[in-house]
Amino acid sequence: MKYAMLINVEPGYIEALAEDEQKAVFAEYMALGEDPRARGGAELQPIETATTVRVQDGQTLTTDGPFADTKEVFVGFYVFEADNLDEAIELAARIPAARLGGAIEVRPLVER
Amino acid sequence: MLASLVGFFGDFDLAEEAAQEAFAVAAERWPRDGVPANPGAWLTVTARNRAIDRIRRERTLAEKAWQREVPEVTMDEFDDTVIEDERLELIFTCCHPALALEAQVALTLRALGGLTTEEIARAFLVSEEAMKRRLSRAKAKIRATGIPFAVPAEHLLPDRMDAVLAVVYLIYNEGYSNPPTRIDLAGEAIRLGRVLAALMPDEPEVHGLLALMQIHHARRKARFSGDELVLLEDQDRSLWDVEEIAAGRTALERALALRGRGPYVLQAAIASLQADERIDWHEVAALYGRLAQITHSPVVELNRAVAVAQAGSTEQALEIVDGLDLDDYQYLHSTRGELLRRLGRTAEARAAYERALELASSEPERRFLERRIAEL
Repeated sequence: MKYAMLINVEPGYIEALAEDEQKAVFAEYMALGEDPRARGGAELQPIETATTVRVQDGQTLTTDGPFADTKEVFVGFYVFEADNLDEAIELAARIPAARLGGAIEVRPLVER
Repeated sequence: MLASLVGFFGDFDLAEEAAQEAFAVAAERWPRDGVPANPGAWLTVTARNRAIDRIRRERTLAEKAWQREVPEVTMDEFDDTVIEDERLELIFTCCHPALALEAQVALTLRALGGLTTEEIARAFLVSEEAMKRRLSRAKAKIRATGIPFAVPAEHLLPDRMDAVLAVVYLIYNEGYSNPPTRIDLAGEAIRLGRVLAALMPDEPEVHGLLALMQIHHARRKARFSGDELVLLEDQDRSLWDVEEIAAGRTALERALALRGRGPYVLQAAIASLQADERIDWHEVAALYGRLAQITHSPVVELNRAVAVAQAGSTEQALEIVDGLDLDDYQYLHSTRGELLRRLGRTAEARAAYERALELASSEPERRFLERRIAEL
């Protein structure tokens, strides 16, 4: 089964670490991306680059900023292939943001 | 039987319906053809084959991706012991942390307790529709998210077992918090506890929980005199269920023989001591002390204070109580009231009881506190 891991964490959480810790965290993210079970993923640029788009009555409405104004923001995601939810949870727990104050939402993909 | 079907298909609803159909066929055929040599196996095989038929029919009607080939099962492949073993998988599935706690409780009662949806709804004071939806959503989540039908891997087992025991204990306590209904939740929890003890005989906390529930349950008839609360020290011990206490103590001994020192074992040991003719309050206080070290719970410290007072050191007990951060907890204030009363500090005792009264959550408790105030 494929699972999306949506990473939500306070901006600046990596910058708050010491330099060698930052390097270690980046290495962990890389390693997860290279896990044989990885099926994709991306890191998003900071929240300041976000634009929200809606269409109402045929009109495109554009606003500056993210969709939800929350303390934790959506910073990126992975897609992993796993046998079951327990395996997916173990992968999610390895995402550095999870232990640095963030939360990982794990949701199975719709597979057609 | 249900457990093995759920395991086979990973789908509760399908398993339940298949089981019902199998029973219907048995009711029709066995009087005519005679009861088969292994009725359990016959039922399970029949149910599996019925479910397989249904899956095949549905597969041609809808586009569903089934993960595996589902072969027809024959009688000789079937081993009766498989039915027993898969109940453990079922319990861990029902109590998976990805499910909401109320869903874990409902699923456990439905799948292992054998209660009907209507009975569970009544026990938790919700409508049958609401409980049906709760169970449906939980089953759908199990299916959709791939919650595995398995005993968790060893490194996950301690936490997952804590979750299972917590669900059973929650069911037990529900049996006391609501007005008595025809559904005996406390009894159900004890039954579940016995199943767990049989399935995991080497786990001391499992025996500890069973012991705790049984010893506590044994005193239920003495807890109320009419509608009035009766404290432990005033209870009519002839109303205690002697056999249930003995059963609880046997479970406790098993737990201690397995070197159990966890929270449920400690609480069971305390309950066992409190069932003695003359209570060894020093030992009770010491056990609460160890429990407090594990749980860091101020409520446990409060109970320790009570034991310290009962052992004769009222001043020391009051010191412990005054150091606790539990201002919104009615029992803190009722305990303070009692300790102050024993020390002859009547005005302060009244104030403490009145604070407890403000926080009291049930009629019997309110009346009890009012009586205490009147007796000052």
